Amino acid sequence: MPVPGASASDPALELRGINKHFGPVHANRDVNLSVPAGTIHGIVGENGAGKSTLMSILYGFYQADSGKIEIAGRPTAIHSPEDALAAGIGMVHQHFMLVDNFTVLENILLGAEGGALLARGMASARAEVTRLEAEYGLEVDPDAEVGELAVGLRQRVELLKALYRGANILILDEPTGVLTPQEADRLFEILRSMRARGVTVILITHKLQEIMAITDNVSVMRAGEMVAHRETAQTTREELAELMVGRQVLLRVEKTPATPGAVVLKAEGLSYVDDAGVTRLDHVSFELKAGEIVGVAGVTGNGQSELLDVLSGIHSPDEGRLTVHERVIDHAHPCDPAEMRELNLAHVPEDRQRMGMVAPFAAWETAILGYHHDPAYTGPLLLKTNAIVDDTDGKMSRFDVRPPNPQLTSDSFSGGNQQKLVLAREIERQPDILLIGQPTRGVDIGAIEFIHQQLIEMRDGGCGVLLVSVELEEILSLSDRILVMFEGRIVGEVDGAAADARTIGLMMANALETDGEKTGQGAVV
Amino acid sequence: MASAPAKLPAWVDIGLLPLINVALAFVVSGLLIAALGQDPFEATWIMLRGAFGYQESLGYTFYYTTNFVFTGLAVAVAFHAGLFNIGGEGQAYIGGLGVALAFLAFDQYLPFVLLLPICIVAAALFGAAWAYIPAYLQAKRGSHIVITTIMFNFIAASLMVYLLVNVLIQPGQMSPETREFAAAAWLPYMHEALGWFGWEVAESPLNLSIIWAAVCCVLVWGLIWHTRWGYEIRAVGANMSAAIYAGMPPARIIIVTMCISGGLSGFVAVNEIMGVHHRLLLDFAAGYGFTGIAVSLMGRNHPVGIVLAGLLFGALYQGGAELAFENSAFTPDLIVVIQGLVVLFSGALSYMLRGPAERIYMALAAPRAVEA
Repeated sequence: MPVPGASASDPALELRGINKHFGPVHANRDVNLSVPAGTIHGIVGENGAGKSTLMSILYGFYQADSGKIEIAGRPTAIHSPEDALAAGIGMVHQHFMLVDNFTVLENILLGAEGGALLARGMASARAEVTRLEAEYGLEVDPDAEVGELAVGLRQRVELLKALYRGANILILDEPTGVLTPQEADRLFEILRSMRARGVTVILITHKLQEIMAITDNVSVMRAGEMVAHRETAQTTREELAELMVGRQVLLRVEKTPATPGAVVLKAEGLSYVDDAGVTRLDHVSFELKAGEIVGVAGVTGNGQSELLDVLSGIHSPDEGRLTVHERVIDHAHPCDPAEMRELNLAHVPEDRQRMGMVAPFAAWETAILGYHHDPAYTGPLLLKTNAIVDDTDGKMSRFDVRPPNPQLTSDSFSGGNQQKLVLAREIERQPDILLIGQPTRGVDIGAIEFIHQQLIEMRDGGCGVLLVSVELEEILSLSDRILVMFEGRIVGEVDGAAADARTIGLMMANALETDGEKTGQGAVV
Repeated sequence: MASAPAKLPAWVDIGLLPLINVALAFVVSGLLIAALGQDPFEATWIMLRGAFGYQESLGYTFYYTTNFVFTGLAVAVAFHAGLFNIGGEGQAYIGGLGVALAFLAFDQYLPFVLLLPICIVAAALFGAAWAYIPAYLQAKRGSHIVITTIMFNFIAASLMVYLLVNVLIQPGQMSPETREFAAAAWLPYMHEALGWFGWEVAESPLNLSIIWAAVCCVLVWGLIWHTRWGYEIRAVGANMSAAIYAGMPPARIIIVTMCISGGLSGFVAVNEIMGVHHRLLLDFAAGYGFTGIAVSLMGRNHPVGIVLAGLLFGALYQGGAELAFENSAFTPDLIVVIQGLVVLFSGALSYMLRGPAERIYMALAAPRAVEA
């Protein structure tokens, strides 16, 4: 899809001297970026490095304070997403912007209906979508309801939507966060076929292995600045990680073999049905021993969140038994999160902003969430504010939370620092059982290293750690045993040392036959 | 980064913006008055003098303020738990029933020092009971509290008409009112109380309930920001999932918070029934419950803000009445329109100027950041 009127030598996209302030924060500082046409260009950087701001400027959500944008060699002013679309820029957001109860075709048509009556637009859209699907290998049923599609397919709808609007520069923001490894491979194939047809792809990600696997060039951002541009073939993951953080980073987790002790938590046939009547947990059984890390792998939405909710007492099991130390919990004997804490079970929730903290609370208030009945924190009537603030001060310095100011509101910290605050709160209670969901989601590389270190230390100190993560790499590098969940069931258990990403990936899609033969079909969405 | 634009400093957010909003309301009111062929500056002067100009007017202003502080605090407490209590009107009304029943039962037998706490508790209990039902329905059945509290205002009004017409009416009387309570049990007027200390002031309905309003401000402040219960209330209001995660019982917190809120609304009756009317009568709540919503919104749900906003609305009520009295061109309807404009600008449109203010502030702050 060559751009009319552009000479072949012009880059598809050129940013020059982009500056953007948010109040006192300099989010983008003299950013230059040149993306050659028909290439896949990766942009990496820690959270808060300014990647999202830069892409939001490109897509018209924000205006740059200064700087120039050139599309195919022509200076272009982008004041709104409409301008961006008109300039041929499409964006696929991390969280899909689709209407669940519309069909695929209706979603693609949304915003480009082409008249008051739908019929004509629908007919021409159907023809165009069929053509695009064939051209890029983006098979998806145009009449399927989007809400019923798998995540990987919904992403294809987003891609189709962008292509239908005539995008020849496509921005993808963390596109593989919700995909199985196999789905991600399919996505990469599609991106390659787009590149082959002249589409320029900008890929924002924090997964360095994806950068290495698919991009032609990569740009690294740090603290609002472009710190490096590399040809992917000429660089290594280690070099990129170092450029992102500004110092050397340990990508491998160092750990000794586990020495599991007594069983601290035992699930026997746990089932849970949610309010909508959907079975989220289906007879889940496993044991967690002191001094081991058990990883729970699975594609988002296969019951891992509900497992954490039931184990932490937020939901009661509908069937089955859960034994925590001596306490037996079942449908007739429910438990609540407060009692679970008394049983010395700590829970670092998957979504810290939705559950682990209260955004408008000061850091010191978030730092006692769930433990606010502790006599160390509250008298008979009044909270011991000074004691709590001092206590939080200590936690912040021990866990390197920055800035170390207990009075700031919880949402003013970056993702990594919020997570360190929540971790400090839960770990410093010295629990026997630690449930931890997505410990490094939205956390920068420097903090990931620290958090992993903490989990290993907890394990070595005799704590039983249950780790739920959609980052397969994280599960593989930390776990002593790995459970794989699919549609609310545990479909496999693998020894941590013997596990490989491919086998677990197939298990996550429930495509691994019991006799070890792979079906090949079905694994691929 | 993208989701963290710079925040406005507190003095702009809490101080400057509400002032600009009120000023805007007055500007629009002024245009309206000018359109009616009257002099807006003269009208403003009459209102100001009518609200603050002499002792009697000041007394009236503070008397109204007392009601607004009670209902404002009531709305604020519920708001911190994420509940929008529209039922202040009905809770205040039923609070009056509590006060009246206590008086009718005991005013002949008990001394004032015993009647006072009994009546305060009765006002709180009845107000709380009226808030309990919607709270229970919200907490256990998921019925939306805004809808149920609105409906409970109507139920309260009908109930009171029935009770006053059929049950509580003084025998042989035409108007639906209870008998007058024994004078020894009345809450002293401020002019009486100051008189004890030899300080002569003009008579007004202002009574000692204003001291109770001040005490309630301090109690609410302490409850919300310095106790474990306030911590739980704010957690439930700001993030229900986090509250459940932390082991807090949301249903119980919702119910208890609404009862506190209803109790605070009920205190309007302490001012009105115990302090001023000395009998139970129809419609004594007179919209104080509804205005409390605007007071709380404008006061940013903080006792200090509520006192200031309560004072503004007290002045509007009193100054407006004075204006209507002085100049017949200002009908009571026009006064209601002016009050409505203040509610509109400082309540409903209170965030209208936030965006522009943020942009202006950023434009002013950014160059400084670059130099730094």
